[in-house]
Amino acid sequence: MQALTNRSMVVVNKKMTWMERIYLPAIIGGLMITIRHLFKKKVTIQYPEQERPRSAVYRGWHVLKRDEQGRENCTACGLCAVACPAEAITMTAAERKPGEEHLYREEKYASVYEINMLRCIFCGLCEEACPKEAIFLTDRIVPSGMLRENFIFGKDKLVEGVEPDNRIDVSKRARAHRTY
Amino acid sequence: MPKVTIDGHTIEVPEGTTILNAARMIGGDIVPPAMCYYSKLATSGGYCRTCIVQVTKGSEKDPRPMPKPVASCRTTVMDGMEVKNITSPELLEARKGVVEFLLINHPLDCPICDQAGECHLQDLSYEHGLNKSRYDFKRREFEKIDIGDKIKLHMTRCILCYRCVKVAEQICPGRVHGVMNRGDVAEISTYIKNSVDNEWSGNMIDVCPVGALTDKTFRFKSRVWFTKPMDAHRKCETCSGKAVLWLSGDEVLRVTGRKDKYGELEDWICNTCRFEKKNKSDWTMEGPRHIDRHSVISQNHYESLKQLKIDVSKQKKIAEKAHQS
Repeated sequence: MQALTNRSMVVVNKKMTWMERIYLPAIIGGLMITIRHLFKKKVTIQYPEQERPRSAVYRGWHVLKRDEQGRENCTACGLCAVACPAEAITMTAAERKPGEEHLYREEKYASVYEINMLRCIFCGLCEEACPKEAIFLTDRIVPSGMLRENFIFGKDKLVEGVEPDNRIDVSKRARAHRTY
Repeated sequence: MPKVTIDGHTIEVPEGTTILNAARMIGGDIVPPAMCYYSKLATSGGYCRTCIVQVTKGSEKDPRPMPKPVASCRTTVMDGMEVKNITSPELLEARKGVVEFLLINHPLDCPICDQAGECHLQDLSYEHGLNKSRYDFKRREFEKIDIGDKIKLHMTRCILCYRCVKVAEQICPGRVHGVMNRGDVAEISTYIKNSVDNEWSGNMIDVCPVGALTDKTFRFKSRVWFTKPMDAHRKCETCSGKAVLWLSGDEVLRVTGRKDKYGELEDWICNTCRFEKKNKSDWTMEGPRHIDRHSVISQNHYESLKQLKIDVSKQKKIAEKAHQS
């Protein structure tokens, strides 16, 4: 059979010399490599204290936007879910009741909106499909976790806050897209 | 029997056949779309103008072309008539104008409309319409009305096709709803907030080409493309009992009649079947409903090869031939 690479070696069962038998030169040689790496520039960074620069169009943790009056934009039309190639999005719709006009923009809203972050591939197709400018991918990294259940993000983790301080800015990506 | 040529396809049809029905006999792309014509309802058609065609030759005896596009659902064929539908660019432009007029007062609230995904107006505007509205004025506004406890009327979405009125006239005993007022204030309404309450009223939902009449038991339950349509039947004393169940898991979200390729019901179904029988055990399942692959409902919708009418052995032969050459 032809070798795939030229790195293959034929194993020879030859008798080792005295120097080889005491193993010390090999161990010291190995340690030298370890010690040399101690003084080299580190390839890892201290996340989350430190962060690497990311592209302006980075796609991370989704946000469900509210309009200027603080009403949810999402009307549970299901287009994000049908566009999602990973089938990560599920939702349940409900009808807006009288007196809830300040909460939801249209007569239908998503009472449950869940994204399975383990399934999500962050392709951004949901954002493209959305006719109501409700869902956006932001530059926030999805935090790690120990339990699979914690990766199903509901509305508590997706909808942005009403107060101006709690709003999530998505204009950076939009601007970056425009310059490309 | 008169001979008619539609987009180059010649067919001999019985006396008194309309151009639309002659085109349907030929079938395929040349069939004009129809929003108000309904083959199972007498005197329907002639309101929406989406089925307009160009008659380039009136008949053998009088070969002059008709001066304007004509509604194919109301114009009968003459011997030697020549009709242009998709082969006439002017006609397609005219139809585009019709679609724009139909959409003038339409709220375009597809994201919240239960009809989205199976709406004829949506398909029509996708195929012919502009992707932008040129209309700056305020659209018509109406309150949502409950006609009966099972049907919701969104007058804003209505295109006044009169199909539901014909259903009430011809299928239901005792009509209580109709079109009130005229011109741009015309609306579907019941006689002083009367409720539409009889065994066949649910068929109004199925004949409505848009989302004006929707099933209240299905209201906002799911989007059509997330449900699984299944053919099913049950023994019913009032109707044929042949229906389509729209399932989500084991839950029956909605029951509708079976629609053919022109979106017309094959059989009328009664309200008991439509609204009361929401258990899988009430029905005998026949198999998945065939959904056109161009429809969004066909998303994640699987059928057996037999139903899709795909001959695997034929495909295999073609593949083998291609492989050999």
